[in-house]
Amino acid sequence: MLASILASGLAVGAIYALIGITYNTMFATSRVMSFTAGQLGMLGGVLGSLFTLKLGLPWPVALLLVLAGCGVIGVITEIVAVRPVLKSLDQHLYVLTTLAAALLIQQFTAIQWGTEPQPFPRLLGLGSGIWDEKYWLPVVVCAATIVGLEYLYRRTLVGRAFVAIAEDNFAARALGLPERDLRMASYALAGAIGGLAGFAGGQLLLAFFANGPLLNFYGFIPVALGGLGNNRGAVIGGIALGLFQQAANFLVGGIFSSVAVFTLFIIVLLAAPQGLFGSTASRRV
Amino acid sequence: MAATDTQGAAASSFGRVLPFLVILALAAAVPLTGNEYWGLIVTRIAVYWILIAGLNLIVGYAGQLAIGYVALFTLGAYTTSVLAAGNATPPVPAFAALAIAGVVGAVFGVVVGLPALRLRTFYFAITTLGFATIVTQIALAWQDVTGGGMGVTGPMLPAPFDTEWGLLYFCLGFAALATWITANIARSRFGRALVAVRDADVAAEATGISKPRLLVMVFILAGALAAMAGGLFAALQTYITPEAFNFELSLLFFIAVLIGGRGSILGPLIGTIILTVLPEIAAPLAAWSTFLYAALLLLIVLAIPGGIASLLDFRNRKPLAAGRTIAPQVDLVRRLGDQAHPPTTLSLRGIVLSFGGVRAINGLDLDVRSGEIHGLIGPNGSGKTTTLNVISGYYRPEQGTMALDGAPLPAGVSTDRASRGIARTFQTPRLIGEASVLENVMIGGTAHCHSTFAEALFRLPRHCAEERELAERAQLALRAVGLVGLAEVRADRLQHSELRFMEIARALMQRPAFLLLDEPAAGLSAEEIRHLATLVRAIREGGTGVLLVEHHADLIFDICEHVTVLNLGAILAAGTPGEVRAHKEVVSAYLGA
Repeated sequence: MLASILASGLAVGAIYALIGITYNTMFATSRVMSFTAGQLGMLGGVLGSLFTLKLGLPWPVALLLVLAGCGVIGVITEIVAVRPVLKSLDQHLYVLTTLAAALLIQQFTAIQWGTEPQPFPRLLGLGSGIWDEKYWLPVVVCAATIVGLEYLYRRTLVGRAFVAIAEDNFAARALGLPERDLRMASYALAGAIGGLAGFAGGQLLLAFFANGPLLNFYGFIPVALGGLGNNRGAVIGGIALGLFQQAANFLVGGIFSSVAVFTLFIIVLLAAPQGLFGSTASRRV
Repeated sequence: MAATDTQGAAASSFGRVLPFLVILALAAAVPLTGNEYWGLIVTRIAVYWILIAGLNLIVGYAGQLAIGYVALFTLGAYTTSVLAAGNATPPVPAFAALAIAGVVGAVFGVVVGLPALRLRTFYFAITTLGFATIVTQIALAWQDVTGGGMGVTGPMLPAPFDTEWGLLYFCLGFAALATWITANIARSRFGRALVAVRDADVAAEATGISKPRLLVMVFILAGALAAMAGGLFAALQTYITPEAFNFELSLLFFIAVLIGGRGSILGPLIGTIILTVLPEIAAPLAAWSTFLYAALLLLIVLAIPGGIASLLDFRNRKPLAAGRTIAPQVDLVRRLGDQAHPPTTLSLRGIVLSFGGVRAINGLDLDVRSGEIHGLIGPNGSGKTTTLNVISGYYRPEQGTMALDGAPLPAGVSTDRASRGIARTFQTPRLIGEASVLENVMIGGTAHCHSTFAEALFRLPRHCAEERELAERAQLALRAVGLVGLAEVRADRLQHSELRFMEIARALMQRPAFLLLDEPAAGLSAEEIRHLATLVRAIREGGTGVLLVEHHADLIFDICEHVTVLNLGAILAAGTPGEVRAHKEVVSAYLGA
């Protein structure tokens, strides 16, 4: 049983972590937490199933199309739901606009794709039992994403520009960085990461329109635990959440595991409002 | 004059209530048509409104985005049904079950709201969302009690409420009660405090408003209303399954408030009616209704953020008179406070505060005495505003002590300053833009009110007396600072200079023993600065000690008894204006030759 808990815990934990990174990538350049993060994960699964099973494309082609499609959704989110409300960030209107965008995506999917969970194909056909690809694929993808992002942020000019904007928006603009273009690029990147999460976890979560809100909630917990904008915190938080949830699932059963997760979430939030690895609050006065 | 005032007030309050009475009368007349289908819809509107009336205080007034409130509705529906059916306990009478559901809703309203007390609003939004998911999962899985996917029968109210029309009248009566009590809260100092916490949390703390305490009371009220609405919904449906409580319903509740507009009660009521009726008359669109709600939400936020209420707000569309002048009536300042403060001293000893590696304040000693104007000047970044923020309790210094009248003043606590007699204004005026000028000023009187939330809920006499006194004193304060005639105007329509005087009026409402003014003359004309000088002098005559941070050296040397000059967080010079003006280093560092 321990092996099953570890295998499925690490797998869903990696998916939650990737959704957490999706939140963070959007947050870094815009200071906006977007409800579309979970929907991007949902779309990764639905589009992946659509391209492979319905249209019969080979999976690498399908993956590229998923990444591109989710990237476009990310950019549209930025234009429609984020840019118009950036002026008045303190009124938290982004909560409403991104919620609206997320619901538009979800309901459109529900109507066009159907409300029943649909299968997602085996991609590589490797492994069985607890070594089945559906368990280790999300973990491998999560690790690869982290390595890729670290390379992007540390070694490339665009990545450093992202970091500059995240660090100090005004100073970055004063240096002449094209803030708006970089923000759009980061939303495209976030879209691709969210889509990748859904694609990698497709065999576990299936192609199901209602995965969006679930991923929104479980993907936000690692962010809240790790501190806003902290990717390493999100990975640790995501894995911890996945293991805790699956352990509770196996030990006390499905519903009570979600009650346990929810209770723990509220307790941790109250005890460490800035997250376990977050920085302290900014000056208000 | 006084008589016409009262008549006018009575007429305007009747005008405010009239739309509600019309809606209630129309709803109560539906049984006359004998059309049971419309009766069902009207009952449903009433049930939804009971929840939305409470949610409106959270979303519309406090600005906390509770998007998953269907969870409390579900909780109430199942609690009432399960108790009445006797699945887990001996059967409970329907009304008792409803009351128990209200208590359960109040408890969970607070539990779900806990993150809102300390964290940014997205956390609260997502917590309510998570809670909504979990409640549905439990309803599905806890089959022995909830019947799982099969569902459970709803409670049957006793006669005469056991018929369609009986239930309709019961729900209408309950909805009217919910409207009345939430309107009482909205129009009381608690309602004003909710808006203050939303739009100007820093200023709210300075007037003694404690956000956690306030929100907990509202969460209790809204949670109880939501759960009881759920119980009535179960009675109306006669049979409930988890599928009845989908996220679409939550969205309806939430969007009804937003369509209605923030800080309004009539607006959300109209929003509720529209959103409930719309899917009925546009049946072919039923599959797309969530999609349309979402599109509507996006449209409202981007195009008409004020909602229906802003379309109905005719009063604030009239242009304000141009060329207004501020004419303080300083003799009224004396009438504002009972000046019960004995002469005291506010003293700071050895205050040290760093931001990162920068020492913003470096061992500061300061004494402000009542009945004295104490000027605090110095170059930008010398620690003047930071000193005020330490006194106000926004920052906790690393070293040093503060004392008020010899008793220690706790560091880093901001909400007790008002009750200790310390008031302040801000470098950038902190106003509640969507509230009237009068309401902004009334906020200042919060710390002197003693009536409880429960008294406000039912408009008990002590509460009403306090409200009347607050309004009268706020009018007086506005006349004193020279803003007469602007009392009913939305505060965000005022000019910058008027806002500075409005902040002083708000501070005077606190009857302060000490008043901290942060650059009150910034952005004022020469004429207005003269008025300000007269006003501050009159405040001092009343026995208040004034700590004045300013860059206008003329003003400082004109009205201060004592001047302290800061440089790099430490005192460069201190003494009478004459001594300081002659000080060599002050002249070279700050004043210029």
